[in-house]
This record gives sequence, structure tokens and C-alpha cells, in this order.
Amino acid sequence: MTGGGDTAALDIQHLTKRFGGATALDDVSLTVARGEVHGLLGSNGSGKSTLIKVLAGFHTPEPGAQVRLYGRAVPLPIPGARVRELGLAFVHQHLGLIPSLSVTENLNLGDLATGANWAIDWRGAHREAAETFARFNLSLDPRAEVGTLSAVQQALLAIVRAYVDLQRAAKDHADRPGVLVLDEPTPFLPRAGVEQLFDLVRRCTATGASVVFVSHDVDEVREITDRATILRDGHLIDTVDTASTSHDAFVERIIGRSLDDYGARTAHPKETAAEIEDLAAPGLGPLSFSVGTGEILGLTGLIGSGADRVPALLYGAARAEGGRLRLHGRGTPLPLIDPQSALARGIAYLPADRLGQAGVGSLSVGDNVAMPVFERLRSAFGLTTAGIDSHAGQLGAEAGVKPNLPALPLSALSGGNAQKALMAKWLQTDPRLLLLDEPTQGVDVGARQTLWSMLDRAAEGGAAIVIASTDYDQLAQICHRVLIFARGGIVAELTGEQLTKTDIAEHCFRSTSLSA
Amino acid sequence: MSPTDTRADMADYDARIAELEAKLARLEATTETRTARTGTGLKDWAERYGLLAAWVLIILILGAFRPEQMFSWNSYATMLGSNAMIVVLTLALIIPLTTGDFDLSVASVMAISSMLIAVLNVRLGYPIGSAMLIALMAGAAIGFINALFILYFGIHSLIVTLGTGYFINGVVLWISGGTPIAGVSMDLVRAVILTRFLGIPVGFYYALALTAVLWYVFQHTALGRRLLFVGRGREVARLSGVNVNRVRTGALVASSTLAAFAGILYTGMRGASDPSSALAFLLPAFAAAFLGSTAIYPGRFNAIGAFVAVFFLSTGIMGLNFLGVDSFVQNLFYGGGLVIAVSISQLLRGRRPMD
Repeated sequence: MTGGGDTAALDIQHLTKRFGGATALDDVSLTVARGEVHGLLGSNGSGKSTLIKVLAGFHTPEPGAQVRLYGRAVPLPIPGARVRELGLAFVHQHLGLIPSLSVTENLNLGDLATGANWAIDWRGAHREAAETFARFNLSLDPRAEVGTLSAVQQALLAIVRAYVDLQRAAKDHADRPGVLVLDEPTPFLPRAGVEQLFDLVRRCTATGASVVFVSHDVDEVREITDRATILRDGHLIDTVDTASTSHDAFVERIIGRSLDDYGARTAHPKETAAEIEDLAAPGLGPLSFSVGTGEILGLTGLIGSGADRVPALLYGAARAEGGRLRLHGRGTPLPLIDPQSALARGIAYLPADRLGQAGVGSLSVGDNVAMPVFERLRSAFGLTTAGIDSHAGQLGAEAGVKPNLPALPLSALSGGNAQKALMAKWLQTDPRLLLLDEPTQGVDVGARQTLWSMLDRAAEGGAAIVIASTDYDQLAQICHRVLIFARGGIVAELTGEQLTKTDIAEHCFRSTSLSA
Repeated sequence: MSPTDTRADMADYDARIAELEAKLARLEATTETRTARTGTGLKDWAERYGLLAAWVLIILILGAFRPEQMFSWNSYATMLGSNAMIVVLTLALIIPLTTGDFDLSVASVMAISSMLIAVLNVRLGYPIGSAMLIALMAGAAIGFINALFILYFGIHSLIVTLGTGYFINGVVLWISGGTPIAGVSMDLVRAVILTRFLGIPVGFYYALALTAVLWYVFQHTALGRRLLFVGRGREVARLSGVNVNRVRTGALVASSTLAAFAGILYTGMRGASDPSSALAFLLPAFAAAFLGSTAIYPGRFNAIGAFVAVFFLSTGIMGLNFLGVDSFVQNLFYGGGLVIAVSISQLLRGRRPMD
């Protein structure tokens, strides 16, 4: 097992991972060759991130799996603290840089955090950093504070750091240069930045290292990778030679041809409830669209498309730079909207961050649910816990919150039940425009159905509903109309027959080439 | 696997899922009633009333050594009256603590309020009524200044109020010339300590009334419930339409104004003002606020808990004084009380980081 230049850099065999009853990865086997850039593609829930997390040592795979690096078996579960020594380095989407420290400090973070140097030779460290950057043809100032760098420079720095770490670890075995895993490094980078990043990736592989490039973006994968593996629903669908695979062939493999055909909803003609004109925010818009009374409108797109930011902007939770919102004929400039005035206009917003933005975990379910209507619940003596809890109990019973005990802290409920309670919190105010961000994230199937019927009833009652989500299945089932976003703009509108999981996914993955 | 196979499998799965869900529903129904019962259990009761029980216990233990003093109404009447301003100061403190801000300047506000009354009334000859009004307004103004720095400049409340508190101490020394001022109007002294009801100076009843008001506001008004949301989840409160900055400003202004009222009580109690003694009340107030948050409504800063905590601590100190222990015992008691109280409340919360 020594000296062989022909063994694969990374060899994964029969990798299976189950979470409870759900199979996230089903007998996946793949190899990454030396000096290769290997793409890893798939939509949400395909098992990409589970695979990466197994490699990083976060998850323990099911028995029977084998992982080899340059022919040597790696112990499973992979010891997270030793992955770098083994020859694996990761760059995650939130790069792991410390913004208030200098470039050099970040570059040597591993040594600084664990080393025992009493006297650090800063001048030497800066010089060394400058030499490293020169080797990669990067113009980075070693003394600059990382927080002041652009998004692109930060991404480049994180990659160089991972590469340098690998090199240091491989000092005494140069025949095993290591595997660099880049987990979605590009969604928030401008096109020119992506090119710089690709240039850096090629320089890394030129020295013999291998790169696993995880992405949503078909075009980028086609541009940078030698081969690519496509995952779907935990299965390895195919490993293809990139050069001989067309864009459409990729998209087809990512989405698959799904057999399930949900009864598509027909968009019945209805009066316009809300009109959004020229909504603009950094990296988004200007966009214009409208929602009808009783309509459920879906907004979706790949990560970084901007669809997920729209609800918060319409509610004033984040500040828009421009645009107008016309709700039942009354217009307001969007930059002037704040949550208070939005609520007064009959707009409600359920954020995705359930215990950070939507509800307070340490307070009771009753308090959380009754909060918007405290004034209504006053009795002669004032607000009482008994009054609040009986009101919340009633709503909880309607919404199917289990256990329906309003005195429990919100954090004691499961994700799905907390979401039912928080949905009831806003639906009791009879909003005219209801904005939701990923309403069923981390929600089990049964609760999901309940949430959908709550939304359906609200829509029948005359509410206009906007859902931002990346769950195509959910959008296909519940929405009357779906808008596809890419790079901050709307690129397609799907209605009627087109509202299937497959069509929505296809438009999302095609959108990158449409807008390029 | 052919499509028909998949369909048959799906139907099979659906049936099994339905069966499991029915079973789950049955189980949930049973756990629901079980949790409902434990919700009002002994542990809960012990948490709520533990501090009251400890108060009785400390009286009985100390009473075993000094029965003639510990079991005399007069000792308690005096103790209840002379700690009224600590109750008010503690109440002042728990308002911003509920909204998530520390106010370390309360003791200094109490000092400047006391000194303003003395200077205006004794040296400048203002009527006592207007002197008190000016002291209260000065308190409110300091609350606004604290809020300005905390909210507009986004500085942590600990830093801001540490600074303003120290600054105010300087102002107190300046306007007093560094010496105590005696001879404040007897009207104020009568209104605080000389008039008694059931043997207790009326100052105590002001504190009692304020406790009741604050309890009502916290527990039975929409405003009080929203204060809690602002403290526990700023972003949740903001996204639910609460004007978080206005609420926090209001809490800081209320805190400083109440602290100024504590200054009035303090001046009335002694008929005089000195530039430094009020500062010693900061720690007792903090200790009582945190100890109080472990009782009555455990896990929340609450008025009744704070009230009980103040008198629990001062009963202990009174008893130890009767035993002839030196005055340093105060520091041991309050300092230790603060840390122990916070430790207890952390245990109640399962040692999660404080919010």
C-alpha cells in the first residue's frame, strides 16, 4: 500500500446512514481520483450534506461502510479532530474565518489555537503568508483585517488555508497530498469571483491534491469538475464524466422523473390583494409581482437566489431599498414599512428561525400564542395566566398542537407542534397578507399536513399567502402559483399543470443558465 | 422495481403509518394528563414558596438563640421600615432586568436624588414639595440619558450605567461640597418614618403599594407580558410588532425614577443626606432582585419575590447583629446571597446560559 500513484485519493464504499427510520444515504460508493476535481450534485435532501458530515466526522455511518484515503482504511466514525492529519480538509459555506483578526492570523489559526509558541515571529509569519499567496497568484495583504476583505477574498483565503493545512499535515508523505472538500463555496459570490475561485482550485489540483466540489449549480459543476456524482433522495444516481454530459442530462439526473402526480391547483381568477412594485434590496430586484385574495403564492430558487429574503422585506423585518407595496388599493413605500406598521395593515410574518425570531422558547406556549391579542383577552381584573392559557388551549386544539398544554415552555414542543402553535398565533389575527419563510422546515409529515390545511383555510377565508421555500414538493402541493428566482430576480412563473415537484426543480436548476 | 410494486408498497406504508399515528395519539393522550398533573406538583410548589419557608426558618433558628429580640414585634417594625428604600431600589432594578438591561446607576440616582432634596430644601430654601419633584425629574432625565447611550450608540447597558453611575457620584460630591447636609424639612421625615401604622413607619407601606402595582403590571397587563418578550427574545418581540426601543427606554426611565423615589424615602428616613452612604445599597438591591427571581414566579424577576427577598436578607442580618456579629456580616450576607441566588436560579433553569 505504499508509493502507488494509482490508488484513488478518496474511496468510499457502501456508505449508508439512517436517521431514525429515514435513510439519508443508501449504499453510496464513490471514488475521487488523484488530482481530480469531483463534483457532488443534488437538490435539498439528496444526502449531499449528510455525506460531507460523515466525512467530517459529525455522523457515524451504519456498519459495513468503508472509507479509504490513498488506499489506507480510515477508522469509522471518522475522528473529527484528526481528519486533517488523515488528509481531508473542509471549507464550509460560512468559511470559519474570524473577521476581527488579520489575514496571517487566520491563515495560522490552527497553530495559534493549539500551538505552544510563547514568542510568535510576526514578521516572519507575514512574509510566509505573502509567499503563499504569491504562489497562488493572489493579491491579499497579510496584515489586513479579514472583516475588511470582500466576500471573494474571504472565500479564497479560506480555501488557501485549508490547502496549506493539508500540505503541512502531508509534510512527511508527499505522495498523499490530501483531499479538499469545498461545500457550496460559490452561491454568494459574483461571477468574477467564481472565476478566481476556480483558478485557485486548479492551482491546488495541479500539485496533486484532489478537490470535492459540492454545489447546486449545474453550470459551475460543468465548468470546474472532471467528474461528478449525482445524489437524489439518498441514492447515488450516477457518476459521470463532466465533459461528455450535457446540462440537460445533469438536470434530469438531479430531479429524476417522479411518478407522483399531485392534483395541480388551477389558478382561479381572483381580485388582486397585494401588489409589489420594484422591490429592491442589496443583490435583489427590482422585482414586481402580485398576490390575489385567497391565493397561495410560492417563491423559490436555489440557494442565493434571493427568494427567501422577500417575505422579511415585505414585512419590514429587513429594510428594503426601494419599491412600493399596494395592499387592497392602499400603497406604501416599502423602505418605510416596519413590523408595527405592517401588522397594523394586516400583514403577518412567520420567520423560518422558530425559536430565534418566531417565538421565545423559555416562555409558555400560551404567552407565545396569545401575544398579538393580549388586549383582547383582558378581563375585569386584567390579563390572567388562566385567561391566556384557555385562549391558547382553544387555538391549540383547533391547530392540533400536541401536547396541548399552554403552560409548557415553547421549547418543550417538537418542531412541528411549535410551528402549529406559532401559525395559530398569526392566523388568529386574520391577516390579509400572510408571509411565511420555510414554514415546514424540520416538521414531520403529519404536522406538515396540518399546517397546510391551516393555510388552506386561511386562504379560503380571503387571506393572500406568500410562502418562500426550497421544498419543491411542498410548493407543488400547496401553491396556486410559484415564482422561480435566480440571482435576485424572477426568472419564471409556474401555474396549473406546471406545478409539479419535477417542473419546479427543473426550472430552479435551469435558472442558472437562463440568467448567466 | 416496477411502478406497480411501488404503488402497492406505498399503500402498505400508508396503512402502517396510519396505524402508528393512531397509537401515537393514544400515547400522547396519556402523557398529556400525566404531565398536566406534575405541572402543579410538589417540586413546583417548593420552588415557588421555598424562599418564604426559608424566611420562617431563619427566624426560628435565630429566635432559638435570641428569642427576646427575634420574637418581638418592635424589631420587625423597625426593620420593615428601615428597609423600605431597598425594596423600592430593588423594584427599580427588576424593570430593566426584565427587558434585558442592567442598571448599575440606580444607587447613584438614589444618592443624587437625596442630595438634590437636601441642597434645594436646606441650602437654597425650596419648599420640600418642589425639591422632591425636581429630584424625581432628575431621575427620569438620567434614565433617558442611559437609554440614549444604550440604544442609540448600541453600548452594553452594564458599561453605560457603570459610567453614568460613577459620573453621578462625582456630581453628588460636587453639589454637596463633600459634606453631609442635615435639617431637611420635618414634613418629609413625618411622611416617611415618624407616622406609624401598626407600629411600622409608613415608608414601608409605600414600598408595599409599589410592590403591588409592579406585580399587577408584570402579571396582569399586556405591557408587562410584552416586557418579558423584549427581555427574552428581542427579535421575536420586534417581529411581533413591539416597539422594542421604546419599551427599553421606558424601562430605564421607570428604573431611574423609582430610584429617585428611593432617594426621597432615604432622605425622609434620616432627615439628612450624605454624599456616599446611598452607594452601599447597590449590591443589596441586586442580591434581592436575583434571589427574588428564584421565588413566587421562579425564573422571572418579579415584584413579590423581590419584596420577600429584601426582608429575608435583612432579617438574617438583623438576627446576626443581635447575636453580636460584627457589621462586616452585611457584606458576607449580601455578596454571598447574590451569588447563591444566581446559582440557584441557574440550577432551576438547567444551567443553560443566562439570557
